[in-house]
Amino acid sequence: MIDKLVLYFQYPFVRYAVIVGVLIALCSSLLGVTLVLKRFSFIGDGLSHVAFGAMSVAAVLSLTNEMILILPVTVVSAVLLLRSGQHTRIKGDAAIAMISVGALAFGYLLMNLFSTSSNLSGDVCSTLFGSTSILTLTKNEVILCVVLSIAVVLIFVLLYNKIFAVTFDEDFAKATGIRADRYNLIIAVIIAVIIVLAMNLVGSLLISALVIFPALSAMRLFKNFKYVTVFSAILSVICALMGILISILSGTPVGSTIVAVDVLAFFICYVAGRVKGGVIG
Amino acid sequence: MALITVTDLVLGYDSQIILSDLNFKIDQGDYLCIVGENGSGKTTLMKTLLNLKDPLGGRIVTGDGLRRNEIGYLPQQTAIQKDFPASVWEIVLSGCQSRCGLRPFYGKEERKLAEENMERMEIKELAGRCYADLSGGQQQRVLLARALCATRKVLLLDEPVAGLDPMVTSQMYDLIAKLNKEGITIIMISHDISAALRYADHILHIGDKVFFGTKDEYLHSEPGRFFIEQQKGENKDDR
Ligand SMILES: Nc1ncnc2c1ncn2[C@@H]1O[C@H](COP(=O)(O)OP(=O)(O)OP(=O)(O)O)[C@@H](O)[C@H]1O
Ligand SMILES: [Mg+2]
Repeated sequence: MIDKLVLYFQYPFVRYAVIVGVLIALCSSLLGVTLVLKRFSFIGDGLSHVAFGAMSVAAVLSLTNEMILILPVTVVSAVLLLRSGQHTRIKGDAAIAMISVGALAFGYLLMNLFSTSSNLSGDVCSTLFGSTSILTLTKNEVILCVVLSIAVVLIFVLLYNKIFAVTFDEDFAKATGIRADRYNLIIAVIIAVIIVLAMNLVGSLLISALVIFPALSAMRLFKNFKYVTVFSAILSVICALMGILISILSGTPVGSTIVAVDVLAFFICYVAGRVKGGVIG
Repeated sequence: MALITVTDLVLGYDSQIILSDLNFKIDQGDYLCIVGENGSGKTTLMKTLLNLKDPLGGRIVTGDGLRRNEIGYLPQQTAIQKDFPASVWEIVLSGCQSRCGLRPFYGKEERKLAEENMERMEIKELAGRCYADLSGGQQQRVLLARALCATRKVLLLDEPVAGLDPMVTSQMYDLIAKLNKEGITIIMISHDISAALRYADHILHIGDKVFFGTKDEYLHSEPGRFFIEQQKGENKDDR
């Protein structure tokens, strides 16, 4: 088995896939805690469907660089969604459901009407469940992903204390002069970037899993924000690494394998949390 | 100049006016109690004072060098979720956030301040505990310590004793009175008129009739006498 892995690692595309996979897992877990606590667990889902819709439009317009359309559209939707949670009459989860289903249907419709591809359902399936595109990454895509990931991690670390304050008690944060709206905006933008990145790895449908499972697992074990954040990041990286290796060795789809490992890790943490009574730190 | 001067304030949501023509003044070191029926707009007033929502009209002017972000705040029935994983230390420290400005991390000074305020609230030994696992009284102390990290001057408290048992309630009132003696201006919403009359020096009554003045003036005013009678009646019904 080790031999096989060593052999595979001689191929650059395998190394690329591992690098990108681990980075995406790291980034997506960072904001998971905040999203779960703000009751926005499904935002990953909603946004990835928006990204899917944008991707269809890009395909129909046959844009050479799809990102030009996908990233801005997703960022705007993220901002609107996170804002809707606080003030409007439509509650956060309902707004996400509406946008998500709407964008999905719209995207599929467009693809159906205008697609030139011969294998439409194959295309759709791979966008939804994660294609093999993580195995066909070019060097430039890997570099882009590395740069964006470093930016996300850096911003998160620098804003960690402010994100905590805003997540824990937004009113208090605002009352003491923290620009909560600005930080909510930054959170939304980071999420959108992560989602667009993660679509390559696990596909639209499974992104939520990548965002929320590590956070939920960590919350079974720890009751301290810092520990939860650090542990969920580590757990997410380990799960992604294991998932990718398993999928390489046994030829299973990458995205679903990673999520399966995440689910397994959640159950282990759940049981461990029960046994320990969940009070550490 | 007064610490906070409120002139012709109009409170409400969107275009629905809850209360208008509110005028009062708070000086450094005052202990003001805001009383009134449920839904009379007490929390709304506090949120407006905190800049969390805009007034529909009128003005709030701060003086004596008080900046708008130097106000500590204890929210009513916090909406903080039951499963939020946060330790007491993390929460108290987060009260120092406004001092940091754009600085990303807490320094020695902030840690010391958080420690001092935890000592003041006698919750030092809880530092590592999870907030969600604490009793209601302990949680209030944690939030009070956090508020104290945010201010040296003014504390706004929205029903700080709601849901606490009588023993813990009186401890809480004593704690607040102690802070007031140390020079912190207290603005407290309370349903408990007898406590308000015991501890506060000024009363703001809002509702159909608005009253603002010292405690003694309130006792002899029409809304004051009416409200106190009413509360006594309610207490009798309870028994
Ligand atoms: N977000 C909101 N949007 C619209 N109306 C609101 C909102 N919040 C409160 N209100 C209304 O404003 C009025 C005053 O509410 P407020 O919470 O200020 O009362 P209160 O005096 O604090 O009551 P309580 O003693 O129950 O805490 C109520 O009639 C309430 O229905
Ligand atoms: Mg209220």
